[in-house]
Amino acid sequence: MSNAMKIIVIAEHEDGLITSATRKTINCASQISSEVDLLILGNNTDLEEQAIQIDSVSNVLVVQDETFNQQLSAIMAPIISDLTSGYDCLLLPSTTFGRDLAPRVSVLKDVCQITDIMEVLSPRVFKRPIYAGNAIETIEVPDGQMIVATVRPASFKEVGTSNQASLNRLEMPNIDLPNHTRFLGVSSEKTERPDLQVASIVISGGRGVGSAENFEILYQLADKLGASVGASRAAVDAGYVSNDMQVGQTGKIISPDLYFAFGISGAIQHVAGIKDSGTIVAINKDPDAPIFEIADIGIVADLFEFIPEFLAKLD
Amino acid sequence: MDKILVCIKRVVDYNIKIRIKPDESGVITEGVKMSINPFDEIALEEALRIKESGNANEVIVVSIGPDDCQQQLRTGLAMGADRAILIQHDHILEPLKVAKLLQKIVEQENPGLILLGKQAIDDDCNQTGQMLAELCSYPQATFASELTVNENSLKVIREVDQGLETLEIDLPAIVTTDLRMNEPRYVKLPDIMKAKKKPMDVMDANDFEISLEPSIKVISVTPPPPRESGIMLDGVDQLFVALKDKGLINE
Repeated sequence: MSNAMKIIVIAEHEDGLITSATRKTINCASQISSEVDLLILGNNTDLEEQAIQIDSVSNVLVVQDETFNQQLSAIMAPIISDLTSGYDCLLLPSTTFGRDLAPRVSVLKDVCQITDIMEVLSPRVFKRPIYAGNAIETIEVPDGQMIVATVRPASFKEVGTSNQASLNRLEMPNIDLPNHTRFLGVSSEKTERPDLQVASIVISGGRGVGSAENFEILYQLADKLGASVGASRAAVDAGYVSNDMQVGQTGKIISPDLYFAFGISGAIQHVAGIKDSGTIVAINKDPDAPIFEIADIGIVADLFEFIPEFLAKLD
Repeated sequence: MDKILVCIKRVVDYNIKIRIKPDESGVITEGVKMSINPFDEIALEEALRIKESGNANEVIVVSIGPDDCQQQLRTGLAMGADRAILIQHDHILEPLKVAKLLQKIVEQENPGLILLGKQAIDDDCNQTGQMLAELCSYPQATFASELTVNENSLKVIREVDQGLETLEIDLPAIVTTDLRMNEPRYVKLPDIMKAKKKPMDVMDANDFEISLEPSIKVISVTPPPPRESGIMLDGVDQLFVALKDKGLINE
């Protein structure tokens, strides 16, 4: 491996913690090369202690500066570009953080970017989903061309944390930074339920649920199972729930371990958003509903009879 | 602001089940219903609302692709855009090349605001808006669900993994739209007739002195691995047993 590619992963962190998506990205990086470094732009020394323990990482590079109290892409991109000369490959997690930032870095490197690496076939050949996962593209980056890519977290496991990597504290580069962007705040949706995109169980309702009030029974079941609640586009368009709950090609693409579809017919655009789920359970009154074609477990039943029984069974 | 530029992409309609070419060179688009990328349609709707509220004078739609993109641009004009620009090119372009072409239009038109969808539903790249922002040295707000126009800036609410983030960005700026921002209007027949008279500039992508050759090679496009066929069960008890066997729920 004398000519192994030099990779650097850009760490994503929240509230002083390096995210799980970052450790999944490092796993992807370790399949491309044995020389993986991690770059942290932050303002919190706790991050250093966590970072050096992450497996597969050789060197942790850190810039501590109050500039990074807010993670603004327009400011981080030129700093990252400056600090990563000499690397052959730059990876970020394909989260809203990485997706916002990676294209700006790739412009500064003047290379095309790859979105959503889902599999590494060789150090320059990757698979990525297109058409919401309805097709898989295999792509090859020519020799000598720098790789800038985001990595699809749902496709990789986290690496462990039993390492002792070396730590290099770097000076803030002396470059002009833009002042056109101001962070005003972030508010989390005040729901007790887990986020749709990280929940291990998701319960979704479609037009068959019939009304906003009728969704209440789905919330009850969700709370019993520690699940998140989603909806089909039909349910959103009918006004039963807000569109942040929409699961599908034009909504959220999710991959829970267990997915329940209640009263969802199974339109293509909905199926595109749930294909990566571990087990899909469909409950529908209509035995001919297309959802049964892709479900692992199908049950022909009226959801208003089925869910109360299910709740009773869980008690 | 004077002008808003909205970038729209022609894609396979979101309701169509795509088919992959037998030689694995791509997805079949011939004879398939094509539409404006749904996220771009939301971007256009937002631009029209900003104009209608008196905060902009003109909405320009631009698309890059084959001559058939004129259909989607006409739809954009029927929705209410004032004029259209087509940069003609018959082959698939990587987002960086698209962004470099769009940069030329930005230099030519000097819009106060550039709106695009957060991603296209065909290649799912989610790159063009951010790349254009960096090329122009403009601020960006991606995944936007709410936008307020002030005199020289915008307040934008973004749907990020952590929740809803609020940014203030100076104009000119680039905003990429998420699903929640609005519900695009339906086009009425008289608007379609009116749209036929609106101006459409057609340019050739090769006239811009930008290298358009792909820099990443697509080896194949294949279907995803099929899901194993499922089973039909009868009632809650059977489901309970099946889920417990799979270790998916506890007693």
